[in-house]
Amino acid sequence: MHQKDVLLTNNKMEKEKYNKLTMKQISGAEAMIHCLLAEGVDLIYGYPGGAIMPVYDELYKFQKKLNHILTRHEQGAVHAAQGFARTSGKVGVAIATSGPGATNLITGIADALIDSTPIVCITGQVASHLLGTDAFQETDIIGISTPATKWSYQITKASEIPYVMAKAFYIARSGRPGPVLIDITKDAQFESFDFEYKKCLGIRSYNPLPEINTKKIDEAISIINNAKKPLLVWGQGVILGRAEEELKSFIEKTGIPAVWTILGLSALPTSHPLNMGMVGMHGNYGPNLLTNECDVLIAVGMRFDDRVTGDLNTYAKQAKIIHLEIDPSEINKNVKVDVPILGNCKESLGLLIKKIKENNFSSWINHFKRLYEIEYKKVIKRDLFPKKNGLTMGEAIESINKYSKGDAVIVTDVGQHQMVACRYAKFNRSQSNLTSGGLGTMGFALPAAIGAKMGAPDREVVAVIGDGGYQMTIQELGTIFQTQVAVKIVVLNNDFLGMVRQWQQLFFDKRYASTEMTNPDFVTIAKGYHIDAVRVTKRNELDSSVKKMMLSKKPFFLEVCVEKEDNVFPMIPSGASVSDIRLE
Amino acid sequence: MELKKYTISVYSENNVGLLNRISAIFLKRHINLDSFSSSESEIKDVYRFVIVVKVDINKINNLVKQIEKQVDVIKAFYHTDEETIFQESALYKVKSNSLFEERKIQNIIKQSQANIVTVSPKFFVIELTGFREETEKLYNDLKPLGLLQFVRSGRISVTKEKMGISEILNTFKNNNNKI
Repeated sequence: MHQKDVLLTNNKMEKEKYNKLTMKQISGAEAMIHCLLAEGVDLIYGYPGGAIMPVYDELYKFQKKLNHILTRHEQGAVHAAQGFARTSGKVGVAIATSGPGATNLITGIADALIDSTPIVCITGQVASHLLGTDAFQETDIIGISTPATKWSYQITKASEIPYVMAKAFYIARSGRPGPVLIDITKDAQFESFDFEYKKCLGIRSYNPLPEINTKKIDEAISIINNAKKPLLVWGQGVILGRAEEELKSFIEKTGIPAVWTILGLSALPTSHPLNMGMVGMHGNYGPNLLTNECDVLIAVGMRFDDRVTGDLNTYAKQAKIIHLEIDPSEINKNVKVDVPILGNCKESLGLLIKKIKENNFSSWINHFKRLYEIEYKKVIKRDLFPKKNGLTMGEAIESINKYSKGDAVIVTDVGQHQMVACRYAKFNRSQSNLTSGGLGTMGFALPAAIGAKMGAPDREVVAVIGDGGYQMTIQELGTIFQTQVAVKIVVLNNDFLGMVRQWQQLFFDKRYASTEMTNPDFVTIAKGYHIDAVRVTKRNELDSSVKKMMLSKKPFFLEVCVEKEDNVFPMIPSGASVSDIRLE
Repeated sequence: MELKKYTISVYSENNVGLLNRISAIFLKRHINLDSFSSSESEIKDVYRFVIVVKVDINKINNLVKQIEKQVDVIKAFYHTDEETIFQESALYKVKSNSLFEERKIQNIIKQSQANIVTVSPKFFVIELTGFREETEKLYNDLKPLGLLQFVRSGRISVTKEKMGISEILNTFKNNNNKI
């Protein structure tokens, strides 16, 4: 009904460009392809099946313009779309059939929602006259996906396709990005209609970019200008808002030490003198402890996740908190803030920089340095330069650093290897750290790395994965083999579900319930897919193997057999205060 | 923190699935609804939900923001009872013979200011619109006299303060005309 009103053509140029897309009597399936092309999509991931076959038939005809990557499971398709979105900054697209094809997307959709990744998922659906009859491969995917999507819509008539698709892309990429699911019935794919595409430029019930309140900017400036021990913590909002330069200028002008959440990693080079490390459960010692000593906390594009804050009753109570955030529902959700600044952090940081006074906090920064020394002696040195026989995860990451020189995209899965990689991997450029942060999806890394490499073909992409998560989506080796996408896969194998085992050791009296894994020969499996593969069991083989991997122009698999029962430290026990961070 | 009754008013587009989206916000937080009703609002094509929940002030703030975050929601508000005018409707189906046999029942109807909607040889139906306490009192009074059916609507309410939905829609229209 009124949805037509909400789609508005921009200026004349825009109009002319999209008017060219007016076509007489084409099928809904063909229209879907034209919509994707109009949105600048040239690569999608998916898996065919009955209810989406008309669209696949058109994909066949349009294969020169629109490349379809056949994954080995729909979960692989959606994670690949996420990986693509996160390195390219564009909207990732995944496509699947009805029923099980659609439900297999759900994990990735939920992951994209909590990690704010712009993706559009397209699912086939049984013909509209069969809806609600429990037809073959019918499932209520709109109902199932509702709490995991930013928006969703079921198309039952071909005429709905242009404006719904335009809206889908607009919603996925604008404001706080997120996943959109479009379900399309089979009859709508077959139906012919007169096609006209107009880009969506606004929706009356949706305001993706709140206006910045300049009063709040002034309040923040006066608080920051009077701070003695300010601390800035940034999250993925800086990367999504492309505010890396503003972040850098802001901290350089003010001299404020800055720390990051796991999804904020790589927005500022590791080597930047004001980059003090990671906050959160396995973050750095200083950043966590000093969160409870700073007098002003400036949170930029982050959402105070419980893995960051620990016990909220003891989190930064002494500090005045300034929160730069694009999503109004994040303000005061977990942490009560003194000055909320709604808006894109690129703009709000820009406004702050203009009026903020130059400063430096060298004695406050010395606190961080002193605590780093303690952490180095007790944890980091042992991790990166171990004296024991067994290999550590830390030295594997350090070896990758040696050959990536901080320029690679590092994709991680979930667990110990993820924490170690995020703690020790070095980065020079933004959009380089991909991980499943909010949802903690094991199986994310391998397919996400495929998408990451295709989203940034000129960059080296290294997937670092544990032996557990690797086996959750190991079938995507088939996709790598078929496409020859040159991802580098490093499995840090401890024959355990290491993070769960660590918790069992520390909090469940070493009752290792179902965490030990009898693993297959991973090298043989990789070779079965004709992927070059090497296993490292000794320290003196590590660097040369990593070097060989990094120099390869093809996909490469490297298994590093690490110590079975190493733990990741520092650690804030679940529910404890950031002040209770443990070094051992 | 103190639990309080809040009335949430949601102005939205009339799209399939939005009801599911809004109820999922409560489901995710394990919150039971006291009452729920929806209808067209004063603006054409704009729908209005009225939801009553008993929660604390932090929760109601977060809930309303989560509702407003939904793409198809134009605006959401919450109000206390003091800030709204609200009513509920109830229907009572009673055996007809009790109307003639029990003199008491006629007094009850009179006192409660209920309306008789329909009378048939077998049954009659009474309607009462008012506060929960009033519809409940009539229920308690009629129950011993043989109540065949009883049903009560969700709360409907209007606010004392202005909602300003037309202004939001007009601003959007004007901004987009400028492009």
